[in-house]
Amino acid sequence: MEHTVVSLQLPVQESLEIKKNRITPLPGNDRGKRICLVTGTHGDELEGQYVLWELTRQLNAHRELLHGTVDLYPAMNPLGINSITRGVPLFDLDMNRIFPGREDGHMAEYAAMKAMEDMQGADMVIDIHASNIFLKELPQVRVNELSAEALVPLAQLLNVDFIWIHAAATVLESTLAYSLNSTGTPCLVVEMGVGMRITKEYGDQLIAGILNLMAHMGMWDGETQPPREPIVSHDDVAFINASAAGIFLPSVAHNGMVQQGQQLGVIADPMTGETKEEITAPSNGLLFTLREYPVVYPGSLLARILKGGSDE
Amino acid sequence: MKQETLFVLDTPYRQKLHVEGFRFGRGEKSLCVVGAMRGNEVQQMYICSQLVRQLKWMEHHGDISSGYEILVVPCVNHFSINVGSRFWAMDGTDINRMFPGYDAGETTQRIASALFEAVKDYQYGVHFASSHMSGEPVPHVRVLDTGYQNADLANLFGLPYVMLRKPTPYDTTTLSYNWQVWETNAFSIYTKTTATIDEASAQEAVTAVLRFLSRLGIVKYNCHNGYISTLVHEEALTNVMTPCGGIFRRLVDPGQFVEYRQVLGQLLDPFTGEVRAELTSPTNGTVFFAVDYALVTEHTTAFRIIRRLHS
Repeated sequence: MEHTVVSLQLPVQESLEIKKNRITPLPGNDRGKRICLVTGTHGDELEGQYVLWELTRQLNAHRELLHGTVDLYPAMNPLGINSITRGVPLFDLDMNRIFPGREDGHMAEYAAMKAMEDMQGADMVIDIHASNIFLKELPQVRVNELSAEALVPLAQLLNVDFIWIHAAATVLESTLAYSLNSTGTPCLVVEMGVGMRITKEYGDQLIAGILNLMAHMGMWDGETQPPREPIVSHDDVAFINASAAGIFLPSVAHNGMVQQGQQLGVIADPMTGETKEEITAPSNGLLFTLREYPVVYPGSLLARILKGGSDE
Repeated sequence: MKQETLFVLDTPYRQKLHVEGFRFGRGEKSLCVVGAMRGNEVQQMYICSQLVRQLKWMEHHGDISSGYEILVVPCVNHFSINVGSRFWAMDGTDINRMFPGYDAGETTQRIASALFEAVKDYQYGVHFASSHMSGEPVPHVRVLDTGYQNADLANLFGLPYVMLRKPTPYDTTTLSYNWQVWETNAFSIYTKTTATIDEASAQEAVTAVLRFLSRLGIVKYNCHNGYISTLVHEEALTNVMTPCGGIFRRLVDPGQFVEYRQVLGQLLDPFTGEVRAELTSPTNGTVFFAVDYALVTEHTTAFRIIRRLHS
């Protein structure tokens, strides 16, 4: 059933509305658990749209197997998704840097507060992101080191390829995940795919993981697959950034093992035909991030490698 | 005056970005002033240009005391200014959310790092800033309450108000915050406008910086003493929120004294012109901030009022 979490009038005719779809178990089947599936905080990240559509379809088709409440929030930033804008239109701050929101704040801060209030008290929140338009990411869960002990065992059920335990940073204290975790509502952040696109196989992989987690929580009696065993990384990640400006032409595939010194691509100058920079792997490992958008400045992120792995 | 390129960034399909600094005097690193970091901060760049002009004249006439160096960086982000984008045009990131920067990181982290390397180690830092809340503030000096701040020094600018703000997580990556952490006395100065030039408040800002320098003995500058600033704690401001969206008709201006229940503005139906709501003041006080655009959404901070303060 569709619910309006918050509605705020825009200048001319329409309103900004954050909505959720609540799927409940059949009468007598409720074991009292609730999971929230959240996406669309950044208007250019669409991977979660497929996940929520397909999961809703499966849950609706087999409600007899559901034993808890599923709240689905497909568009935390509906104006952004609608207008292909990463942030909230007419608002300077990233929506995932304003949680827990404010009663006396700007429309976006107030909306963030109401949405977070709606999720608080859930037994689990999964916040689905999709990198941005520049980078393609392997399905992964990112966990702040402060909450790693509690969250990593749950993240391992999500059928992702790896779990990245990252260092705490003050600026990240205003994310939805941090705000929920710090107030006792567990929240896992999923990153996968690329902005402005939908990668169906990643979506299906995550859906299997969500159903697996729900089964673990006693919310789902349907068939599940054993999750793949993710690599758990404590920030053991190599970043490869451009030194030159130009066009990045990768020579490796995403999601493959690379060897130290192996060429990953070049930065080309279409005007002169010159190769401005050859990009090589700084270490062995899994290429879990690869740049999708070709135009680069010095500093543009080209790839990330999860360090380790065989030389073979 | 010595003009120098502080750093250069190569870019695709455009000329290189050269960030220029203007040095005056010689000696200990006394004051650094930074202007536009966002692509619509025209007023902030303009104020710096007028400061450069004034300091050049003063240096020529021997009005900068020996043993002091002043650096002015009018603009860091002309790349975005020239294409009409408030943030870094390539990826929408904000240079003033990237400090202290990272020289091996992403592009705007590298710009922040190179700028910070050039502007740190000064005893005093002034950033002509613009807020994420679009509107018109009363001209003021803002100081972040980091525990390292010296709000008393902010009085030396002689502007009407000094505002003390408790930093939020997103403030921790601004230039002013990091200046303070690196032991520079940092001040953000807000004037009336951002994308347009307001000559009066720009001149007031230039005078405020020169008054500050004069009171510290760094320059000789004879001017009006300005104000004994009123200290305002941001959390003590009263916000007046819009109860609906529509066309906004503002009836009072920043700096104006308003009375309890006085009508501050109206919200009009954009099709019929009917008054949907009136915004009234919840207190006697002085308007510190007012929205300056014609269309507002529900839950916009239309006014911020300093309670029970006569202007």
